[in-house]
Amino acid sequence: MTKDNFASQQRMRLQPDDGLGPTSDIGSRLRALYGAVQEEGVPDQLLDLLEKLDNAERAQTKQTSQGGD
Amino acid sequence: MATETPSFKREMLSTLPSLRAFAVSLTGKHDKADDLVQDTVMKAWAKQSSFEMGTNIKAWLFTILRNEFYSQMRKRGREVQDSDGAFTERLSVHPSQYGAMDLEDFKKALAELPDDQREAIILIGASGFSYEEAAEICDCAVGTMKSRVSRARSRLQDMLKVSGESDYGPDALSTQVTTTNHSF
Repeated sequence: MTKDNFASQQRMRLQPDDGLGPTSDIGSRLRALYGAVQEEGVPDQLLDLLEKLDNAERAQTKQTSQGGD
Repeated sequence: MATETPSFKREMLSTLPSLRAFAVSLTGKHDKADDLVQDTVMKAWAKQSSFEMGTNIKAWLFTILRNEFYSQMRKRGREVQDSDGAFTERLSVHPSQYGAMDLEDFKKALAELPDDQREAIILIGASGFSYEEAAEICDCAVGTMKSRVSRARSRLQDMLKVSGESDYGPDALSTQVTTTNHSF
């Protein structure tokens, strides 16, 4: 099985791949690296920041609409 | 609460993991990448009135992040450029489908690309943008984007071919011999 895998990898290398699609060696390595960072998740400080920005905006909107009454 | 209409915040949240991965690829450092994403989030929030809901928020955020990165780099001079670029730091989640050495070689090859080629191949190959979107993000012509990607791809292919040949054991070698030994 490893042999088959290797053979198909070799075939891929020998064929100049025009794109970065699913059969592309380089494309799949790029996505593996990129995906590894994505899977780390978003740090709490960033989520907190978004939360604060959103809350501040809501509070302001509320204030404005109450002020209009 | 759960049926809330898609908000700007929610749209942003869904893009953050990819935006952060792009930031890591630009800065090469996780702490700097997180600072950059944070600056981007604040910038984007401040100018959210210029964003039209339902249009491509991902491309919009990537554009802001990239502009922010290069403007900070210009301000700080060479200091930011001391990083090796790309995913040079150890990743906490290791992509399981590749051997550690295999990806180490790939990271090194990626780091050796010129900045414009590296960002081009990442935007197209990993972030999932079209050539048109990537060209808009990088403020260049679509043809320029295509040629950057193609140059990046062939350079990576060359570098990996050179470093990869010695990595395979005798098994691999014999496979190669048996499949290619039909020249006469």
